Amino acid sequence: MRYLPLSSDDRAKMLKKIGVQDINELFDDVPRHALLKGFLDLPLHMTEMEVEQNFSAFAAKNIAAGSVPFFVGAGAYHHHVPSTVDYQIQRGEFLTAYTPYQPEISQGTLQTLYEFQTQVAQITGMDVANASMYDGSTACGEAALMARRVTKKKKVILSGNLHPQYIEVVKSATKYTDDNIIVNDPMVETTEDLINQIDDDTSCVIVQYPDFFGNIQDYSALAEALHNRKKLLVVVTTEIVALGAIKSPGEIGADIVVGEGQSIGNGLCYGGPYAGLFATRQKYVRQLPGRLCGETTDAEGKRGYVLTLSTREQHIRREKATSNICTNAGLCTLAFTIHMTLLGEKGYRQLAKINHAGAVKLRDKLATINGITVLNSTFFNEFTVRLNKDAAEVVEALVEHDVIAGLPISRLYPKNKELKNDLLIAVTETTSEDDMDILVEELKEVLK
Amino acid sequence: MMNNQGRPTNTSSVKNVSNIYETFTGSQGLSQAEGLIYEIGDTERTGVDFKEVNDFKSALGGMERTNEIGLAGLTEPEVMRHYTRLSRKNFAIDLGLYPLGSCTMKHNPRLNEKMARLSGLGDIHPLQPISTTQGALDLIDTLAHWLKTMTGMPAVAMSPKAGAHGELCGLMTIRAALEAKGDARSIVLAPESAHGTNPATASLCGYRVKPIPATEDGRVDLEAMKEALGPDVAAIMVTNPNTCGLFEREIIEIADAVHAVGGYFYCDGANFNAIVGKVRPGDLGVDAMHINLHKTFSTPHGGGGPGAGPVVLSEALAPFAPMPYVIAGEENFELIEHDPTGKSFGRMTAFHGQMGMFIRALSYMMSHGADGLAKVAEDSVLNANYVLASLKDIMSASFEGPCMHEALFDDRFLKDTGISTLDFAKAMIDEGYHPMTMYFPLVVHGAMLIEPTESESKQSVDQFIGMMRHLVEKAKAGEIERFTGAPHFAPLKRLDETGAARNPVLRWRANEGEE
Repeated sequence: MRYLPLSSDDRAKMLKKIGVQDINELFDDVPRHALLKGFLDLPLHMTEMEVEQNFSAFAAKNIAAGSVPFFVGAGAYHHHVPSTVDYQIQRGEFLTAYTPYQPEISQGTLQTLYEFQTQVAQITGMDVANASMYDGSTACGEAALMARRVTKKKKVILSGNLHPQYIEVVKSATKYTDDNIIVNDPMVETTEDLINQIDDDTSCVIVQYPDFFGNIQDYSALAEALHNRKKLLVVVTTEIVALGAIKSPGEIGADIVVGEGQSIGNGLCYGGPYAGLFATRQKYVRQLPGRLCGETTDAEGKRGYVLTLSTREQHIRREKATSNICTNAGLCTLAFTIHMTLLGEKGYRQLAKINHAGAVKLRDKLATINGITVLNSTFFNEFTVRLNKDAAEVVEALVEHDVIAGLPISRLYPKNKELKNDLLIAVTETTSEDDMDILVEELKEVLK
Repeated sequence: MMNNQGRPTNTSSVKNVSNIYETFTGSQGLSQAEGLIYEIGDTERTGVDFKEVNDFKSALGGMERTNEIGLAGLTEPEVMRHYTRLSRKNFAIDLGLYPLGSCTMKHNPRLNEKMARLSGLGDIHPLQPISTTQGALDLIDTLAHWLKTMTGMPAVAMSPKAGAHGELCGLMTIRAALEAKGDARSIVLAPESAHGTNPATASLCGYRVKPIPATEDGRVDLEAMKEALGPDVAAIMVTNPNTCGLFEREIIEIADAVHAVGGYFYCDGANFNAIVGKVRPGDLGVDAMHINLHKTFSTPHGGGGPGAGPVVLSEALAPFAPMPYVIAGEENFELIEHDPTGKSFGRMTAFHGQMGMFIRALSYMMSHGADGLAKVAEDSVLNANYVLASLKDIMSASFEGPCMHEALFDDRFLKDTGISTLDFAKAMIDEGYHPMTMYFPLVVHGAMLIEPTESESKQSVDQFIGMMRHLVEKAKAGEIERFTGAPHFAPLKRLDETGAARNPVLRWRANEGEE
């Protein structure tokens, strides 16, 4: 067994030192009948080559995003990741390190977390960010809980244009905490509607920016209305590249910003692992969930970094902790930071511009097709079109022609008949003009 | 200054070690000083080439971002050097024995990394048509089968993203099942030795936590537990093997007792590594248990994540599990994303869970097979007991052996030396090791929890033992400065955690950099 260094001779010597005859004597505390007599009913060990064959077979039954014209977004985006990122995150010193509990021998991880926190604070326009959450959706649930801690109020108002799975996650995260979650219907609400829903019991309003259907709305008036009544605005961004082109949530008046960081540095990987971004204003820092990295000095006065404010956390506070979380998305945040450093201000903005330009181009092409109505007047790299047919059926028909045309909204809203013909289409820097033209031709054909 | 685990958090015990002389760069040979990206880069530099974009009419609705963000960029060679230099300031499994108890720092096979990056696995979208991800669903279903078989449980919820997330999933499932009977209850029992996540999780589920004391021999006090049981108890959360590194001998009695009052048995599976392939938790009366794929199944810890924490469930709890789940149909795999029954408590996360970790964990499992997995448990338990047997004459073992995959010591052997557990741990750094888990579990004073894992050769464990014995001798001989001043040979000396918390500086700012 290639991963197990002990030889039978080693084992015998060690058992002797311990003073037992047989390995099973070390399992004496296990109830006798529960100790397995033989092996589990599973295959025996495999060679490296056999394992590879198994996984190649799994992979062959999927269509990779990069292998066909591909237009699905909706909270996870097919971007190009520079090779340097993947090389660096596979360095053993990063890959095989644990949480930096011993800061003197973890400065690599800690300094990159400090850089990450700074980058996230900058792009969201906030004062501080934590060292990441599991992903955008769970960060969103944590934001609802944090807003309650800050305001001591229990009513959370969710925009209907928030990613529907994020809505489900918030509802579950607060299911047993007495919070009152108000969910609006998709695609119909206005900012005024949200403002009118604010009452004394409200802790926060959660909106998405750009929203799930791709629209870019200015929430400044909502922020003002909330702040006048000492409530919080939570802004969710699932396509973090967008903030290279549009005003930061901080400029709009957000108090907590939650984001999905996958687009920068991390592959699609069927939904995880990703990196949840979480940022807020300085005055709320002690209510933050999750890990924080802070600057300090060592015994000789040299600058260094440590995990800090851990008195908020479960290992100290136990049932009174701000959250039960005891991990972050370490390696995914490292990938984010390295990719963002490669981009820099210039590259990040250019990447955003290319994404937006591509989406505008595809929108223009699609707008000319009979049977398609573009629903967005504003968007970044994703927009919704209404077809003259059931969108899910259209997408399936195009799969037959090796085109993955987008997300039929009905997959996430199966009961909402109004949205049955709606298709959410995303464009990134990986989408070529050929890809767009193939989509256009295929849609023309199927919508005839 | 102590935090409530008795762990000193400031540097007052460390005397300044006078440098022989200072270097111009701040580097010391291969230990290179490295500034922040904001100090070495600027907003003009970039390490990515993009095509120019022709003029187009923006659809941003007047929301263009016009101010400078302030992001520092570097060219590719600079990025490579910056992060390579930083990486060298980390300890890692690849560099040496990493005996962090309860964290299971085992070898991370690179085959797993390769599999996770295969085209068709690393680059598939969670919401692309289900007909185009049949291989992914097959993989998830296969992993689920392995997990169910290893635990002897009939169902598994795959989506939780970490151990604590799995605990939350398990407890919410339990609460949903109880509420379905119109009996939510109000109390969760957890032993004093439990991970902090247990009480924090119970509290998120609206439960009050009642702690159960430990017996003299480091196990759950069954009698005390029975007294605490009643019709209001929703569940007991027990880590088994427990955080003292011991198997709960009365596990079946614990399960029976909680079942007798209509409660559920939640098992924290953090220490599954000790029993995988040897014992199935389903045979012990467990109703729900999360499995840390990043511990037992070698997915890399990555400096603190990402993890993955699928939860195996009993037949009674399965209907209340969160969305989504995979069904193997006659011809195709189906992904159920919307609850057809109305029983599920909801959803833990967007999409379907930590696929990247699923791939790595399954690759590890297939590599070992049923035969290798049992050996994993045996070798991890053997290594830990060998450490215990080789150090108990000179250190203070908290409990009689045998232990499972980790050996617990306390600080009695340091009595009157003027050296704390923290000092001892920092001296291990000078010897080229990562320290063991310290000050946890809370049930013994100045805890040192050592988990060598099965990845260590006898040579490696012998060297570790030799090093520990050496340090103990030095401590007892009164060489205090070796400990209180440690680490002497790390990239930095002891760091001021108290100062960091008193005045939190959580990001770089331009003006501070220029001051």
